[in-house]
Amino acid sequence: MTNVATALSALGDPTRRRIFELLAEGPRPVGALAALLPVSRPAVSQHLQVLKSVGLVRDHADGARRVYQIDPAGLGAIRAWLDQFWDRALADFKAEVESTGEHQE
Amino acid sequence: MTKTIVPAPVRKSVQVKAPVPRAFEVFTQRMSHWWKPSHSINASPMVAAIIEPCAGGRWFERGADGSECQWGRVLVWEPPARLVLAWQINAQWQFDTELVTELEIRFLPDGDGMTRVDLEHRHLERFGDKAAAVRESLDSPEGWGGLLAAFAGQAEA
Repeated sequence: MTNVATALSALGDPTRRRIFELLAEGPRPVGALAALLPVSRPAVSQHLQVLKSVGLVRDHADGARRVYQIDPAGLGAIRAWLDQFWDRALADFKAEVESTGEHQE
Repeated sequence: MTKTIVPAPVRKSVQVKAPVPRAFEVFTQRMSHWWKPSHSINASPMVAAIIEPCAGGRWFERGADGSECQWGRVLVWEPPARLVLAWQINAQWQFDTELVTELEIRFLPDGDGMTRVDLEHRHLERFGDKAAAVRESLDSPEGWGGLLAAFAGQAEA
């Protein structure tokens, strides 16, 4: 339910934020990320899973390794929120236009 | 560290049974009639949502007590075909002069007195720039989480 809060909370962790920033520069496999960070490779994998679960990053197989990148739908939860917001707002707008269409002012 | 993360804009389209000038007028001058009062950032209950009809005009809401809360401003005013608004409501659900995301609305003839309204909300990465800083506020009932909960309640009502 609180997708946006969850996604932004995920970025509140400094290591996860650093991983997200590194991925913003371009796709990287887990090993390359671990080499740039003061944490173990399994720890990096765990952080990536969190980022993936909230829609901020996604991964794909490249041979035997997995390559991570920023989700191109981007900041997924924020988009999801605005997506719902504008769906509802435009539906309300449509209802207003069509209910008042007969009596022009 | 400054990063450029560019998420895709949110794009929406709706067809309405009204000619273009009418659709534009209802969107811009009758916003109070269709904008949900729950989509308010004012402590006082919303009684009006106002777009001043000129480039540089304000976009704001007025509360029952007469107080006004800025939402953004008019960047492009081209009646009846196009409108670009600055959406300056941040992740804390407050007006933020430093946040400028863009909302472009186009009104296109769609045959037989109909209008297609295309909406694009872009530069969403500018929300992300402040993501970590606003984390705590989002956990409050006034944050986006609370808003999403309200949406869910309405959808199921």
